[in-house]
Amino acid sequence: MRRAAFNALISHWRKHPVQLVSLLLGLALATALWSGVQAINAEARASYDRAAGILGQDELQRLEPRAGTIPLADYIKIRRAGWLASPVMDGAINLNEAQARLIGIDPLTTPPQSSPVDLSGDGDLQAFVMDGLLFAHPETAAQIPDTLPLVRATDTLTPGIIITDLSTASELLGTDNFARLILAPEQPINLPPLSEVAPNLLLVAPEEGNDIARLTDSFHLNLTAFGLLSFGVGLFIVHAAIGLAFEQRRPLFRTLRALGLRKSTLLGLLASELFALALIAGTLGVALGYLVAAALLPDVAATLRGLYGAQVSGALTLDPAWWLSGLAIALLGTAVAGAQSLWRTAQLPILAPAQPRAWAIASLKSLKRQAVAGVGLIAVAALLAAHGSGLTIGFVLLGCLLVGAALTLPLFLHFSLNLASRFSRTALSDWTLADTRQQVPGLSLALMALLLAMAANIGVGTMVSSFRVTFTGWLDQRLAAQLYVTARDQAEAEALAQQLDGAVDAILPIRYIEAQIEGAPGQVYGIIDDITYRENWPLLAAAPDVWDRLAAGDGALINEQLSLRESLTPGDTVRLGPVQFTVLGVYSDYGNPRGEAILSLDQLRAQGAQIEGLNFALRLPETRVGEVTELLTNAGLPARNIRDQAAIKAFSLDVFERTFTVTGALNVLTLGVATLALLTSLLTLSTMRLPQLAPVWAMGLTREKLARLELLRAVILAALTALVALPVGLALAWVLLAIVNVEAFGWRLPMALFPGDWIGLFVAALIAAALSAAWPAHRLATRPAADLIKVFAHER
Amino acid sequence: MLQVENLTKTYPSEDGVQTVLGGVSLSLDAGESLALTGESGSGKSTLLTLVAGLDHPDGGTIRFQNHDLTHLDDAARADLRRGQIGVIFQQFNLIPSLDVAANIAFHARLSGQADADWCETLAERLGLAGHLTRYPEQLSGGQQQRVAIARTLAARPKLVLADEPTGNLDEDSSDIVLDLLIEGVRETGAALLMVTHSLRQAEKLDRRLHLSHGRISP
Amino acid sequence: MSVRFLALLIWLWASGLSAQGFAGLGTDAEGFAIPERGTELTFPDDHGAHPEYRIEWWYLTAVLQGEDGRDYGVQWTLFRSAIEPEAGSGWDTPQLWMGHAGITTPELHFVAERLARGGVGQAGVIADPFEAWIDDWSMTSTATSGDQLDALTITARGMEAAYTLDLTATGPLVFQGDRGYSVKSASGQASYYYSQPFFEVSGALTLPDGPVKVTGKAWLDREWSSQPLAEDQTGWDWFSLHFDNGAKLMGFGLRSETGVFTSATYISADGTPTPYGDGALTLTPLTLTEVAGRQIPTEWRVELPAQGIDVTTKPVNPQSWMDTLFPYWEGPLGFSGSHTGVGYLEMTGYE
Repeated sequence: MRRAAFNALISHWRKHPVQLVSLLLGLALATALWSGVQAINAEARASYDRAAGILGQDELQRLEPRAGTIPLADYIKIRRAGWLASPVMDGAINLNEAQARLIGIDPLTTPPQSSPVDLSGDGDLQAFVMDGLLFAHPETAAQIPDTLPLVRATDTLTPGIIITDLSTASELLGTDNFARLILAPEQPINLPPLSEVAPNLLLVAPEEGNDIARLTDSFHLNLTAFGLLSFGVGLFIVHAAIGLAFEQRRPLFRTLRALGLRKSTLLGLLASELFALALIAGTLGVALGYLVAAALLPDVAATLRGLYGAQVSGALTLDPAWWLSGLAIALLGTAVAGAQSLWRTAQLPILAPAQPRAWAIASLKSLKRQAVAGVGLIAVAALLAAHGSGLTIGFVLLGCLLVGAALTLPLFLHFSLNLASRFSRTALSDWTLADTRQQVPGLSLALMALLLAMAANIGVGTMVSSFRVTFTGWLDQRLAAQLYVTARDQAEAEALAQQLDGAVDAILPIRYIEAQIEGAPGQVYGIIDDITYRENWPLLAAAPDVWDRLAAGDGALINEQLSLRESLTPGDTVRLGPVQFTVLGVYSDYGNPRGEAILSLDQLRAQGAQIEGLNFALRLPETRVGEVTELLTNAGLPARNIRDQAAIKAFSLDVFERTFTVTGALNVLTLGVATLALLTSLLTLSTMRLPQLAPVWAMGLTREKLARLELLRAVILAALTALVALPVGLALAWVLLAIVNVEAFGWRLPMALFPGDWIGLFVAALIAAALSAAWPAHRLATRPAADLIKVFAHER
Repeated sequence: MLQVENLTKTYPSEDGVQTVLGGVSLSLDAGESLALTGESGSGKSTLLTLVAGLDHPDGGTIRFQNHDLTHLDDAARADLRRGQIGVIFQQFNLIPSLDVAANIAFHARLSGQADADWCETLAERLGLAGHLTRYPEQLSGGQQQRVAIARTLAARPKLVLADEPTGNLDEDSSDIVLDLLIEGVRETGAALLMVTHSLRQAEKLDRRLHLSHGRISP
Repeated sequence: MSVRFLALLIWLWASGLSAQGFAGLGTDAEGFAIPERGTELTFPDDHGAHPEYRIEWWYLTAVLQGEDGRDYGVQWTLFRSAIEPEAGSGWDTPQLWMGHAGITTPELHFVAERLARGGVGQAGVIADPFEAWIDDWSMTSTATSGDQLDALTITARGMEAAYTLDLTATGPLVFQGDRGYSVKSASGQASYYYSQPFFEVSGALTLPDGPVKVTGKAWLDREWSSQPLAEDQTGWDWFSLHFDNGAKLMGFGLRSETGVFTSATYISADGTPTPYGDGALTLTPLTLTEVAGRQIPTEWRVELPAQGIDVTTKPVNPQSWMDTLFPYWEGPLGFSGSHTGVGYLEMTGYE
């Protein structure tokens, strides 16, 4: 009985392969996008953990300088006081066409918890300490020039990081000073307090999650939100397909029940059928997700590197947990999508009449109920926008906005079509509009999916374009000098400065110290008083006579991130290292996740910390750029140390573009999924719509004409949906720019509107709708007359 | 006005090709009414759909007002149906998305012969005046068929084809609806070809032909 | 005589568990200086480091009695190990330092260990004024006249315990072997080796229960070499005994697959050394104790018939296990028999 019943149930799928395919495809795509995003996030997080493991930061306390670096003598003093501290050098070195972070450690004092490399092999320690052995991730190892021959590639390291002995690091970085000291977790008894032993150092507690993870959290939340959106859009398809399959099998359920199959057995069979389908689709989806992740990861890696300096491997590693979670989400999605259908089946009395059209026809009342819920959600979103704060709230707001808008869509479509029919003058247009309206409930899930996809497209598109406009303008301001030069050491810097004196309009040294800014690490720059800054520097807010006062050492400029994070405006005070300064102005500083400040160069020197930076910006007439470049090259400066404005701009814009490649790609995928949702809904509706079409056909309309009208209907619905998507998308853009970005990146961008893009998207939506309607319409146009005649003869 | 000669139609089926019509001939003059009777599967409904131009015969000719339907393409037959032929089926004749008033006027508006007064008169006469803003699913079967009749008559077709128009109704309403149909057809001067299995109903029409196994039987 | 550490330490550097016995030590000296018989040691210079030799140590053991009447022991050791035979400077210095400190009570044994590289000031030894240090641990001369080692202060600190001791020598420096040339195997491996066995000690231990004032005797060994062991020598039992009559005895047995190589120096109360070659001393394990999962002989019979010595040693704490990077047993003892007194025992190579 059970087996026979099961065979009867699944025979449905053999008869309706399109339904089966749309169910599997929808679920597989939803799972793919979700698990793809998860795979990217997991890979990135694994990379951060590796990075954190190297620095021992996730577990151990460390001593950091309030500003500058830690001299050797201070370290020895701390050791001789009995404190178990291990020194770490940390700096950038140039590789073949890349830069890497070189970390020097002392294998003899490194606490075992934070030991980043395995030196237990034969001769390893000696090679490490005496012969300059370098450890690096294979990607980075390949970039290390031949002048550093002793390299060992190891997968356990983060790309872009090189680990070596202090002696080697000291030589390569040209310093005897340390970036930080790692404290062993267990210390000897009766030690003198650190405040006496190391008054210049800060004791930094191990952080909950490391720095990079914190910085990049927002980025990953972004990705996750998109993954979730895609998953949701995919679930629309699944819900539609399951709903239809259950609805169409109602007579069969009835018959089986009448033949003595228990209700619980029937439900069990149906649930296991769904379970099996979910497993198949989930497996397919996870495999697809792997492909998605593998395709997107290089761009994500580039973004994270460009934006946060986080090193993420471009290669994907597979984790069994990830596979399982992908399957789990597929099962969960199926459960969510199928729950309603199962519940309805459970309520079905044995002798209930078959009501096949119930699926497609919802009463106006239920549309209104949905719309009320939608308006409620939008109201919640508005409240959150006005009073909420924080990144999570920002995303909740987005969720309320999008779901709310989606819920109000069917009623909006209903009323729009009602309104349009008032202006209709012919029977055909009357009927076309009326029939379109009647299709709304059946297509509403697919149309909601389309709405979400389009709104996301408009929203993210507006954000990216606004960002691009602002960023490009900002680069023009910020990169006002024509040439940027990096000397290789202090002596060369001075020699170059002398040589350039008179050859250029202005030499602007770029000097900074590493300092604790309001309790977080950051950089403090020192600038000379120059017209370049006065005319070009992108100030967002400023006290009167800001430049004169800065030059006089009256205070500091801070970047927008710091201003927003610490609620500082001109006139407030900011703590840079151990000293308080008056805030004179706030400048925009896109692309920098950290706080930053600017003092006059004299003021910076007065801080007594070690001044970093061998860079100069050179102001000169555009026509003399070639000449000065030659002068520098002749002075022995390698070409890579001379960069012109255009090159830096190109690099910055490239980082920027890559940042949004991923969101762009997910956008397109989401729109694709929505189109697919529309296609499958139209396909399934097309068989059910014959009773609507047959009478009109009998009254003298050809099948071709009816097919064209079907196409038109899909386009009308898509157009109306696009009309709703526009304001929703703009609201989304506003939330992204004014709330999410501020929380995630620390800067707020003015919103720019790009109607040209909207027209493009509008056309794209119409084309997508026409494409998704094309096949069902073609099937209708070529349908045998007998099929239509049958409508009048059979019970439906 | 309608001459059907030697009409044949076969359908492919699981037992090979099945002959539904094996050479049927009949004719109908303007204003005349003809009942087609026969057992289930005798081919009477198929004959009706062929005359309506909804499907193609395999052989024979159908002449309607000097048009040879068998030589017309899909679009031309659709034009003919829209302008001059009204079809009433046993059920599901109505457009679910339109209300009763729109359904009644629909065919007439399609053929460009909308006449609001005439529609109103028909609605009144068929007892539909109180239901004009309702939708088909809200009507009983008898009411639905009345709307179908009103819709057909509103378009003033030259030929009305009816396939068991009261087949789904109980006997009392069946008679009422049928009388309304016959009366309406007479008034508009149209010819009526009606398929029915009921001899009692057939007797209400001018003539009767009996179909058996795809052929006219005496 | 912690040869085994250095063996392991050098294994750490040069790496060669593949080699026999005390890996790396059995191989040749690769440019390192080799001790030569007849070399005269000069002071204070030879109190300092000898970077051209591969290994070297400053090794002090103290047998103490607390004001509470209980027995205690203290160890303070600084090892030097060279990767290359040069002093070097800065981070490139090829010299490695390791400190071990131990405090033994009748019930407990505290251990601490430090590692450092030379050249930057974290660890080192200066001959004059004498100071040996690693991190905050130090052995500093407090002598105002005479030899730098005549008076010392030593201090060390671990996670649970610490000590500071003042030492005053009541006798002269003593050369081991042939005027400081000490043979370590039948095939002739040797080291430079001298001692100061005549320290009187007073100071304080800081224990988890609180400070304890202590007094007692201490023994300092100084030894350096480049290739101190034969390839097949696997372990080491070393005794330093303070007789109640003021005389001292240093004796060791080097175990190998073929037998035990013994060596001893009897030091009379006035500091006159009498060296004895292989075979004169007999060491017999009496009681095995399970320590850190292995069987270790904690009671011994020590016989030197040439001096009429036949004593049985008993440890203050049989569990004097030095759980360091390369673990060993080291702790204070008392002895009785033909003579009575106190001393220190180190045992290595028990797997």
